[in-house]
Amino acid sequence: MAKIPLVFKVNGEQQEILVQPYQTLLSALRDELRLTGTKEGCSNGNCGACTVIVNGRTADSCLVLAAEANGAEVTTVEGLSQNGQLHPVQKAFMKYGALQCGFCTPGFLLSAKYLLDSNPNPTEHEIRLAIAGNLCRCTGYDKIVRAIQAVAQAEV
Amino acid sequence: MRLFEFAAPKSLEEAYKILSRADADVRALAGGTDLIDQVHQGRRKPSIVMDIKGIPEMKRLAFDREGLHIGAGASCTDIYNFPPVKKNYISIAESAALVGSVQIQNRAGIGGNICNAAPSADTAPSLIVHNARVVIAGPKGQRVLPIEQFFLGPGQNAMAKDEILLGIVVPPPPASSASHYLRFIPREEMDIAVAGVASMVVIDPKSKVCKTARIALASVAPTPVRAKDAEAVLEGHVINEALIREAGEKAINAAKPITDVRGSIEYRKELVKVLTRRTLTKCLETLGNR
Amino acid sequence: MTSKYKYLGKTTEAVDALEKVIGKAAFGADIHLPGMLYGKVLRSPHPHAKIKSIDYSKALTLEGVKAVITSKDLPSLEDARASFGGELTMDLGQIRKLLLADGKTLFDGHAIAAVAATSLEIAEQALELINVDYEILPVIENALQAMRPDTPLIHPDLYTRTLGEKPKAPSNIGTMLEHQRGDPEKGFAEADVVVEESFETAMVHQGYIEPQACAAWADGDGKVTVWTSTQGIFNTRDQIAALLKITRGRLNVVPMEIGGGFGGKNDNLLQTLTVMLAQKTGRPVKMIMSRDEVFRATGPSSPAYFTVKVGAKKDGEITAAYIKMIYDSGAVPGGPLHLGWVASCGAYSIPNLKIDGYDVVSNKPRVQPYRAPGVTPVVFAIETTMDILAEKLGMDTLKFRLRNCAKEGDYMPDDQKYARIGLKEVLERVASHPHWNTPLEGPNRGRGLAMGMWTGATLSSSALVMVNGDGSATGVSGQVDLTGTRTTTRQIIAEALQLPLEKVQVRVADTESTPYTMTSVGSRTTYAFGTAVYRACQDALAQMKARAAPQLLVDVGDIEYAEGKFWSKKDLEKAVSWNEVARNTQTRGEGMVTGRGSATRLPIAPEFNAHIVDVEVDPETGKASIKRWTAVQDAGLAVNPMQVEGQMQGGVTQGIGWGISEYYYYDKGKLRNPTFLDYRMPTSLDVPMIDTSIVEVPAPDGPYGIRGVGEACIVCPPAAIASAIYRATGVRMNKLPMTPEAVFWAIKAKEKQLVAADGH
Ligand SMILES: Cc1cc2nc3c(=O)[nH]c(=O)nc-3n(C[C@H](O)[C@H](O)[C@H](O)COP(=O)(O)OP(=O)(O)OC[C@H]3O[C@@H](n4cnc5c(N)ncnc54)[C@H](O)[C@@H]3O)c2cc1C
Ligand code: FES
Ligand code: FES
Repeated sequence: MAKIPLVFKVNGEQQEILVQPYQTLLSALRDELRLTGTKEGCSNGNCGACTVIVNGRTADSCLVLAAEANGAEVTTVEGLSQNGQLHPVQKAFMKYGALQCGFCTPGFLLSAKYLLDSNPNPTEHEIRLAIAGNLCRCTGYDKIVRAIQAVAQAEV
Repeated sequence: MRLFEFAAPKSLEEAYKILSRADADVRALAGGTDLIDQVHQGRRKPSIVMDIKGIPEMKRLAFDREGLHIGAGASCTDIYNFPPVKKNYISIAESAALVGSVQIQNRAGIGGNICNAAPSADTAPSLIVHNARVVIAGPKGQRVLPIEQFFLGPGQNAMAKDEILLGIVVPPPPASSASHYLRFIPREEMDIAVAGVASMVVIDPKSKVCKTARIALASVAPTPVRAKDAEAVLEGHVINEALIREAGEKAINAAKPITDVRGSIEYRKELVKVLTRRTLTKCLETLGNR
Repeated sequence: MTSKYKYLGKTTEAVDALEKVIGKAAFGADIHLPGMLYGKVLRSPHPHAKIKSIDYSKALTLEGVKAVITSKDLPSLEDARASFGGELTMDLGQIRKLLLADGKTLFDGHAIAAVAATSLEIAEQALELINVDYEILPVIENALQAMRPDTPLIHPDLYTRTLGEKPKAPSNIGTMLEHQRGDPEKGFAEADVVVEESFETAMVHQGYIEPQACAAWADGDGKVTVWTSTQGIFNTRDQIAALLKITRGRLNVVPMEIGGGFGGKNDNLLQTLTVMLAQKTGRPVKMIMSRDEVFRATGPSSPAYFTVKVGAKKDGEITAAYIKMIYDSGAVPGGPLHLGWVASCGAYSIPNLKIDGYDVVSNKPRVQPYRAPGVTPVVFAIETTMDILAEKLGMDTLKFRLRNCAKEGDYMPDDQKYARIGLKEVLERVASHPHWNTPLEGPNRGRGLAMGMWTGATLSSSALVMVNGDGSATGVSGQVDLTGTRTTTRQIIAEALQLPLEKVQVRVADTESTPYTMTSVGSRTTYAFGTAVYRACQDALAQMKARAAPQLLVDVGDIEYAEGKFWSKKDLEKAVSWNEVARNTQTRGEGMVTGRGSATRLPIAPEFNAHIVDVEVDPETGKASIKRWTAVQDAGLAVNPMQVEGQMQGGVTQGIGWGISEYYYYDKGKLRNPTFLDYRMPTSLDVPMIDTSIVEVPAPDGPYGIRGVGEACIVCPPAAIASAIYRATGVRMNKLPMTPEAVFWAIKAKEKQLVAADGH
């Protein structure tokens, strides 16, 4: 099976790579571009560790074919900070202890950013709903929710 | 991951050409939230995966005199954010908002949900109570089918090998009607329905008599099913608490569930009863009749 | 909270947080080696079957396949009885059986063969080309079945370990334990009320989000390097070395960031397979488990069965207790029976006690520790029984516990004497907590309370603390950082050496560069490893003093140190700064300062806690929703309060899953729910904010009074929820998990009973 070209923007940079037709976007990011910040926890859409933003919307990259991203703009955790400045959700996660092992963190950060971009003042329930597709086994979610609330209240 | 080729047609003609290839086993890819894992697990073994999202017709979302048009490639997020859906098709909006997580909804659509034909598909009962029609297309032309005839069994739908779903048309809801969908899952999110019920009632504003009632169930039979006995209890009557109870009991008649990791036969029947009552009660509340 | 220390008892950002939020932290699967091959495992679909033959000749002909291994590739063992592991040990012979099925599969998911190929896809295709001829054997689904005399044996060579003589016939029972203190019979006779109940708990998984992952490379002269996320790099090293007959010094294990372990990343099976493939191919090999494999083929926790009988006098005083505990260890013996026993009713002062315990094999994956191994199930059983007893006595459930709680001088179930412990303080905190004192609102709600303990592991630990030429310090160890060890270690070093935090670096390094330290389990890192760090600091400080003395021309015994300054207590004028002494170490006689610290066989520092929960039960569906949670725990000294809270909140959430939604659904030995969709761990919507309240009763033996905090927090939730469900619905749930369906049928059964009673 022949590889196919994939031209897309990742974290603002144009990338041109060859991918297998059956390769997932997650695999293209991790194995081809070596952007290993995006994690694989389940490979079937249940844990959200592989969450990235594709054309402005979050997606589980384990359920997206790399080929589907042709022409797309993709943001991964590596692209969250801009010009050496951490994104507020990154700062808040650090400050409020919203991570322990950190394996789920990249996915949560992107879900949180996606939520806050469209809803800068979410209720607790809205926050919980927005991150329900991200599993965390370490924190019990309490500090994650609080960190997101803190960003909304500009307390970072 | 099983090996396959990838195609991304930009027009229906192009898609039809691919579908006509005799040597290929083509599967349409919408949001991929069912398909990719199924291929991964070896449960489906297509030789070509055809992404339909690049075909303009597939992304259609419109509301006109004919009703609501949902392209087979529209995502749940697009659908429940579309104001006419929020306003006129509450049950559909509710069920689209239940599919998976935010990440899933950003890609998964109602088209994929019904093509996948899982007994648990959350949007199916809502489409049934809203009398939706599916538009099927292929190299040999288009055809329209009532949604109820679309589901043949778990994972099986009424489309031929060289056909794809173009979209869904949902007629405008009757005046003075309301619809709701509720499912039961052990968690609050990210779960597959143990049982799901959509109800729609049309109430005469003056007499308060129920002119039409439509009730459909998910996850309790090989396909989504109508609970016609329950509907009959309500139609022609002013709905009251007792009738709602009776409808709940009668809804069980349509349920032919199995026992599996998600629940037992008996429990599922109990849930059908409860969810039928609750959706009906919600419909009446929406209509301000309680 | 105010702390008398400068750096301890204060919240600081985790030292590893930055790397983790920018996506730079490298976990097990993130390593990429040039020319790397990908390994995959063929797993048995049959829970119990004889392997008649394995034919992989076809697989070898597939382009890109570089090697296939089976149990035939394993060297024979010199000492099959040598034991490995951290909290739950296993004989090497047993580990070998699990690693690659040898003539017989023991559970659904048991490894049969492994393949290395140039891509993952090719490796997966190769698995399909391996032909295994199985002869299906009867499945022994659980411990109760396994114990019946007519049940076939899983291991014909397994003889029950007992305190008495070696039994004559083999059995499915791995260990039998009997323990008694006082006179239980007399105790029960003295009781005014006796309650006896039976319980059952399910097999659950630790649920770490990072699947096991490993890369290995064996270079030309046989030296092997392993990169992996494991809870204990030395444990990994020693186990692989023993199985594959490699000299320990020729095997380097490099710790990668670990995406959760909770006890589950101690088995080293995948790592051993990776090394075997690397040795056979001479190329780097990487292996990552799929989630399905994680569920089916790693070590989940032990399902268990209990009978608990407790007697008390009218005034509430417990007179006697009897506990029968059966732990299902899965494929090979060695479940958490011992740990469950030691902690079981450890929160109570019980004069007359009898415990019978069984460790039993079945056709399921061999269990591994899961946070307070074995204790959550038994605490569920004990606390529910105590709740019933308190009710029968007409006593408030909290008062009953205050009346009977364990205190200093009391004995643990295994007759160890307690030093100072903080359970009473924990219960007093509950009594004064607003949550406990706010009336419940609304229908179908109930409030539950449970208490419990974890003994705390100590094992052995070591650490180095090096003083750099600029006065900064670097702590180095092989202690894997699960969730915060580096951060607390940094605080301990800063405190002990009185250096600003910015001047302290900590690093977890590989087995080649650090002294032996045992695996990170059992809440032992902050307490036991922390002791080693503290001692390394004391050693470094002593050496620094010895360097300062000649510079000040005073006796080393006269040197004092504080806040970066040495001085003579006889002559305050004679002073030199820490930095200057440090600078001189680079150029003067004795050279650099490296403090060494070890701690073995420390006394335990038990953790106690109590939880309050409010639930609301939907009587029509049986679903219990968690409305409010408060966890109160004695941390000894909360080195980093934010981290302690995080541990407690995480433990509670896992405990909620254990209580109401998680379980392995086996159907004749086949696991039917090996996905996160159907193995239901709590999502953000399934839990409320989790209130924490930290009590600090210093542990007498470790530095600064530190106790572990990571495990006790998981032991109470199922029991607390069960109690709350009872108060909301009137039904007692004696089986985990308390799924909506289970609660629903319990409510129905109760209604039927009431109707029947009315009819009389
Ligand atoms: C974590 C998770 C949670 C989920 N939760 C839910 C839930 O709560 N409720 C629920 O109902 N479902 C759930 N699902 C299942 C799935 O997300 C839905 O069924 C979704 O609606 C499928 O849509 P899709 O666009 O992703 O379909 P795809 O995966 O793209 O396609 C599904 C099937 O339909 C076929 N197909 C798609 N489009 C067409 C077309 N135009 N013509 C012909 N065939 C077509 C595909 O070939 C495939 O067989 C969940 C899935 C995951 C991974
Ligand atoms: S890896 Fe994609 S959702 Fe878990
Ligand atoms: S921090 Fe470990 S899974 Fe979330």
